[in-house]
Amino acid sequence: MATVAIVVDRLIGRPDEGRTDGRGKGDGKRRSETADPKEAVWKRVQLARNLARPRTLDLLGEMADEVIELHGDRGFGDDPAIVAGFARIDGRRIAFVGQQKGADTDENIRRNFGMPHPEGYRKSMRVMELAERFGLPIVTFVDVPGAHPGPESEERGIAEAIARSIGLMSRLRTPIVAIITGEGGSGGALAIAVGDVVLALENAVYSVISPEGCAAILWRTVDEAPTAALAMKMSAQDQVELGVIDRIVNEPGEGAHADPRETARRLRTAIIAELDRLAELPLDELVEARYRRYRALGPYTEVATPEVAPPPSRGLADRLRDLLDPTRWSMGMPLPGSSRRDEPPAHEEV
Amino acid sequence: MPIKLPSFRARRDSYPPDLWTKCPQCSDMLFNKQLEKNDRICPTCGHHFRLSAEARLEMLLDHGTFRERDAGLQSVDPLGFVDQKPYPERVATAQSQTGLRDAAVRGTGVIEGQAVSICVMDFGFMGGSMGAVVGEKVARAAEDAVAERLPLIVVSASGGARMQEGTLALMQLAKTCAVLERVRASRIPYVSVMSDPTTGGVFASYAVLGDLNLAEPNALIGFAGARVAAGTIAQELPPGFQRSEFLFEHGFIDRVVHRRELRSEIAALLRFMRVPRGEVEQPAPASFNPIGAFLSSVAGGNGGNGNGGDRG
Repeated sequence: MATVAIVVDRLIGRPDEGRTDGRGKGDGKRRSETADPKEAVWKRVQLARNLARPRTLDLLGEMADEVIELHGDRGFGDDPAIVAGFARIDGRRIAFVGQQKGADTDENIRRNFGMPHPEGYRKSMRVMELAERFGLPIVTFVDVPGAHPGPESEERGIAEAIARSIGLMSRLRTPIVAIITGEGGSGGALAIAVGDVVLALENAVYSVISPEGCAAILWRTVDEAPTAALAMKMSAQDQVELGVIDRIVNEPGEGAHADPRETARRLRTAIIAELDRLAELPLDELVEARYRRYRALGPYTEVATPEVAPPPSRGLADRLRDLLDPTRWSMGMPLPGSSRRDEPPAHEEV
Repeated sequence: MPIKLPSFRARRDSYPPDLWTKCPQCSDMLFNKQLEKNDRICPTCGHHFRLSAEARLEMLLDHGTFRERDAGLQSVDPLGFVDQKPYPERVATAQSQTGLRDAAVRGTGVIEGQAVSICVMDFGFMGGSMGAVVGEKVARAAEDAVAERLPLIVVSASGGARMQEGTLALMQLAKTCAVLERVRASRIPYVSVMSDPTTGGVFASYAVLGDLNLAEPNALIGFAGARVAAGTIAQELPPGFQRSEFLFEHGFIDRVVHRRELRSEIAALLRFMRVPRGEVEQPAPASFNPIGAFLSSVAGGNGGNGNGGDRG
């Protein structure tokens, strides 16, 4: 049970903040943005992790006329942390995939707190391939703290499943609408978030590592998680500026948990609009544009002179002589950088 | 009043680090010159120490055949990221310490007479972390492999995605995986070599996707760091967890190869996976999936369900 307590703490933050019952605190009026940006982004992280936030099946249940869930990866088992299947929205047939956190502790234990194992991503790939074959557009719902980081997960190849899923989605010949509905936790999120268009709910977050993990590595204390959250620009609004997310769907009132039905209604409108727009594009163009979108992400510059600044202790001429000296390996001279380990390894969490 | 014990740590650290290195496996003190001469392999227990990108290229490629490309690719600071130091300062420090511009070096070279497109990583540069520059270099190495009909070799040594570039670092997983799908469709062989360590987003993208995955002995290879695993799920980790041999046992690595045999082993494997000559096909998306293309071409004929979301 200690395990559960740890995980619950991690997932919902401080219990008194995380467990709102839908009415929310205060007078129900939308609170204006907190002046402190660190506090503002941390509030969003808490909202994204709110236990009462509507999950994939809740949202689909509200917005779809028909939902048929499919199970199993055909190799190992069925992962309850990922749901996948067919649905009909406004008469349109779609395939859906999404992480599914639990609504309470019992369900969370059953669903591994929405942290998928490899078989979850393999089930998802299976359904996506079906969708491609039968001409169904794909809608994904991303809400995951991170893929499951345990021995069983590693044994069955969580990294391989994620990489394959990303690769598959980059070339599937059918439209893909990805929606970050809650936590977009690193590779475990991206594995089902490669799309022609990436939407996000207003209080969703997206990051390369959990703010706690980032703080533990770069600030050496978990207490700096809000600082890390701000530094990583993990709010949906910031992600739009970075070009990672295309559009935001506003949440009603205090947040999605306060009115799941209205949240689903707004999402439904946005999904239908995107599906209609994407359906206009020829498949070749669609897939090429998706490829270009991801091929272009991540800015860098190109400088004309390949030499970098010399180390402070030695002159550039010395360094160049070293680099160009063909005998340096056989002479057993120390390599540049071989004796220096002051940077913390930038370990990605999940 | 507590008795002050002599600090053994201080004494151990008093070995000049420029001259001596302690083997983490057998605890032998190794003279650095001897270690370098021995390809940074412990002469006592065979432990493989980490290699710089230059040493790796020197060891893998025929002497003097490496031609670097994109040496000028330089990281920018898209988030304005500041932790205890601003990100650009961290990059500048790493650059002056390593003489590298970022954590990957790429170009072309020759392995036992066979030309290859190669990209190698250097853990010494910010933990080999993958930002936009590393992702771009891997992607360009793959694109050149396709364009010039060369086998692709990537040697990984990385702690994962570079946190200071946020989700843009995460997007490098998508960038590299997408390009590798095209390498595969173009029938270009891709050999991924994992060295110590290959973890996080690098493992979960191009490192794990090799047509063949090779690993150096006892390298740390895994998705979530052991600390994360222990912290998040509070579970005991099995011994040897996330080492090359563990991955080998579970079927994710073709061969665990001693550093000295890596060059001849890769050469031997490439002789079996020859790049098809003469047909320089463009990796058109249509060539990925003939069945899907066929179905979508006939999908217009079975319309009638009138669903706006369907392809027709």
